[in-house]
Amino acid sequence: MSRLKLFVPVGVFLVLALLLWRGLYLDPRTLPSVLIDKPLPEFELPTVEMAAATVSKDDLPDEPFLLNIWGSYCLPCLQENPIFMAAAEQDLVPIVGVNYKDKPHLAQMWLEDNGSPFDYSIVDEDGRLGINLGVYGAPETFIVDGNGVIRYKHIGVIDYQIWETEIMPALAAVRAETAPL
Amino acid sequence: MSRTITGTTRLSVLFVLLLTAVMLSPVQAAVDAFAFDTPEQQERFRHLSNEFRCPMCQNTNLTGSSGGVAEDLRREIYMMIMEGQTDEEITRFMLDRYGDFILYRPRLTGETILLWFGPLLFLLVGGWVVMGIIRRARPVERVAAELDTAEQERLRKLLEKVDEPH
Repeated sequence: MSRLKLFVPVGVFLVLALLLWRGLYLDPRTLPSVLIDKPLPEFELPTVEMAAATVSKDDLPDEPFLLNIWGSYCLPCLQENPIFMAAAEQDLVPIVGVNYKDKPHLAQMWLEDNGSPFDYSIVDEDGRLGINLGVYGAPETFIVDGNGVIRYKHIGVIDYQIWETEIMPALAAVRAETAPL
Repeated sequence: MSRTITGTTRLSVLFVLLLTAVMLSPVQAAVDAFAFDTPEQQERFRHLSNEFRCPMCQNTNLTGSSGGVAEDLRREIYMMIMEGQTDEEITRFMLDRYGDFILYRPRLTGETILLWFGPLLFLLVGGWVVMGIIRRARPVERVAAELDTAEQERLRKLLEKVDEPH
């Protein structure tokens, strides 16, 4: 019995070492979102495409869609744009943009230069919609179901690998759940 | 000659003053950006901005960060204070959007209980181990002192053997 006790410190060390080792590979920037399974916040904002009219929560697609937070100042947004463009061309999923803390005319120029994968982009110039979405910087991408409930959140740039291994499976899961029987 | 020196000195004094003014102005601006009705409101704003962590530039509070989202959150805090919301309501607003991460002093919940009392736990375990060692050390001394005559004789012989030169 006392022999076994000698191994307790080693055991404690191994458990701690394992935890800390795992901690080394955690990205401190990916904060768990508290808004998963919560409805989207209410808003009433113009779009980059039409400054005169406003859109609200009710105008959003009534099927699962991507809500992408972007800005013309945001380099990673430029990086992930081709993926969204390809998805839009193949009609994989509706994509709605949130033009976060940007100037509408700069956003328009960006879309003209790089192409727009978005159905439309909601203008969030003062970043208030962003705050209500718990956003802390572009790019961030939400999967929202047809009832306007946030189901998934990806923080940071989406590359092809993330698109294939995270976004598409998560989207498929949301679609499977909300599909009419 | 002396005139040139005075001229240079004056110039450098002017330069230092100008530099100081330039360096001070952003600080001044950050303080004066919001107008409060009462000093209490300003104090609450200062306190809350210090208590919330900036979600973008991590490891600084809202006061110390110039990131876009920190600026926006400071503005939200200001507006909520001016609307007469309580500190609890403002904290709830932040928690609902950014979770426990936003608090520099996490709440006491099931998830954070280890965070709060882990150090105490380690102290107790450490104390327990030390107590065990001390308690075990005492009987050993007593046994050593309680050798009977035969054992003492044997010990003496053993020690002599050790002392013998090889």
